[in-house]
Amino acid sequence: MTASAAVAVDAPAAAAAVLAAAKAERARGTGLTVTLAHARYVLAENPVTAFAFGLFALIVLAALIGPLITAYDPLASDTASALKPPSARHWFGTDQLGRDIFSRVVIATQLDLFIAIASVALVFLMGGLAGLAAGYFGGWTERIVSRIADTVMAFPLFVLAMGIVAALGNTVQNIILATAIVNFPLYARVARAEANVRREAGFVQAARLSGNGELRILLGHILPNIMPIMIVQMSLTMGYAILNAAGLSFIGLGVRPPTPEWGIMVAEGAAFMVSGEWWIAFFPGAALMVAVFCFNLLGDGLRDIVDPQRRT
Amino acid sequence: MLSMTLKRMMVALPSLVGVVIVTFVLTRALPGDPAAYFAGPAATKEAIDQIRSKLGLDKPLPTQFVHYVWDLARGDLGQSLSTGQPVATEIRTRLPASAELTLVGLLVSMTIAVPLGILAATRPGSIVDHTCRVVATAGVSLPVFFTGLILAYVFYYLLGLSPAPLGRLDIFYSAPPRVTGLYLIDSAFARDWEVFAASLKQLILPAATLGIFSLAPIARMTRASMLAVLVSDFVRTARASGLSPFTVVFTYAFRNAMLPVITTLGMVFSFLLGANVLVEKVFAWPGIGSYAVEALIASDFAPVQGFVLTMAAMYVMLNLLIDILYGLIDPRVRIEA
Repeated sequence: MTASAAVAVDAPAAAAAVLAAAKAERARGTGLTVTLAHARYVLAENPVTAFAFGLFALIVLAALIGPLITAYDPLASDTASALKPPSARHWFGTDQLGRDIFSRVVIATQLDLFIAIASVALVFLMGGLAGLAAGYFGGWTERIVSRIADTVMAFPLFVLAMGIVAALGNTVQNIILATAIVNFPLYARVARAEANVRREAGFVQAARLSGNGELRILLGHILPNIMPIMIVQMSLTMGYAILNAAGLSFIGLGVRPPTPEWGIMVAEGAAFMVSGEWWIAFFPGAALMVAVFCFNLLGDGLRDIVDPQRRT
Repeated sequence: MLSMTLKRMMVALPSLVGVVIVTFVLTRALPGDPAAYFAGPAATKEAIDQIRSKLGLDKPLPTQFVHYVWDLARGDLGQSLSTGQPVATEIRTRLPASAELTLVGLLVSMTIAVPLGILAATRPGSIVDHTCRVVATAGVSLPVFFTGLILAYVFYYLLGLSPAPLGRLDIFYSAPPRVTGLYLIDSAFARDWEVFAASLKQLILPAATLGIFSLAPIARMTRASMLAVLVSDFVRTARASGLSPFTVVFTYAFRNAMLPVITTLGMVFSFLLGANVLVEKVFAWPGIGSYAVEALIASDFAPVQGFVLTMAAMYVMLNLLIDILYGLIDPRVRIEA
């Protein structure tokens, strides 16, 4: 704060610095208010992040109240109005069975979002905790976790996910598991590095000195400190998780027809693309793209909020 | 140099061992009866038992593993249930198609991403810079199968510029005599320019699809490392000595900036090899990816396992190659190693 005040030579900037300092003084009350103020600052500074948050809210809304706002049953076929282009009645057109594509795209949000969130939560539990233990305890724990991460990294990720789902069986649960496993190295590495720099930190030594057990220190003291970085990691991998799951169902793994899911809907529409019925594959594909784009932007934005380098 | 190469190979060895163990575990130690899996859904109990003893699944796991490794060492990847053909033969005949697609895809993305990254780095904050960022973010957000379909729709259905997205060569042409298995190279060897043009036309769309997908990491890395190099002391010295901006950027900065880009190629290949499967499905490309997908649909596990193993082995080799290449380009790495 003093450094920034010293370089501010012109009067308005100096005044702004003083104001900011006073504001910071007031906000210092709790960590949460500081974070919120900083988040507000970042959102105002970077409209793209604000846009991504808006988009995210929209996606969550579609997942929550999707069945309430769609006019058609996503599974009901109506051969009389099959393969109709987008119109006022069917906003995104209809597919080869006459199902309303808009309803199917909206309803599919729920499943796609669920797969992504579940796999990210799972990899956080597996990779995050394994990495945490590896960084904190070192030694054999670290060697084993690193070896597992290296082995996963030896595969092209999508290919490994394919192999896992093919071997374990063609279910949604296995898609979630496979997506989590291929992301394991990423989480394990970040958590390991973050835990490693904190293992001898002052607050850890204080906790140890006051008689806390190792596990308690790890989960109660170190984990909360690395959570912000892990959350950024989670939102960055969320987009990849959606892409991975949709790719798997595109080649016929996991979700089965007639369940509405973006990847499988694109696969169903693929054959019609070359005969001119573009809307069947286009709208689910576009939904997929928007969702992934939103998570990627969101991840970058969250990193700006959490990154200590940008927090003054 | 030789000792460094050997050292790198020793580092790649544990990865290969890991790959073999994982593919073994995927077939044997998982829930469900692999014999029933291999026998297919309609098999009788006797047939399953027969397959179990034929595959050696009634023996203890370590013995099975030794057999598995022994088979691999002889290049035996088992047999496909649906076609009855040995998996290794099938993969060998289909591999060039995938290799051609992947390499041309990489070429496409390098020729776009590297200049884009350089332009963005030399003009930070300009339109080119913003374009670079948008292209990079959009590139990773686009599902690769979706891009492929859109390209096929626009260039085949709407504009009629490209041939039907079905395979490597139009049915009117016959494949060039096999030398490398890569149609572009083989037809050039045979001086059959008509086939060359035809196969190039088939290749452009799928390769562009792969290229768009792998553009992002290369462009981003080129930009970042060019930015870092351009502010370094030796570039400042070169500028102060009055060298032309072109010489400074290309002779001095670019050569140094390419080193981190080569390191990211490892990640790019992971992207490319995975995306390959999806692109092959979209364009009915007869490579190993579509072979695996067909087998998946038929619940035929041996080809899938062979495919995963081949891909992983190739990926480990590519990473090794990148490491060695890095050492060749940057003498400092050689000294440290």
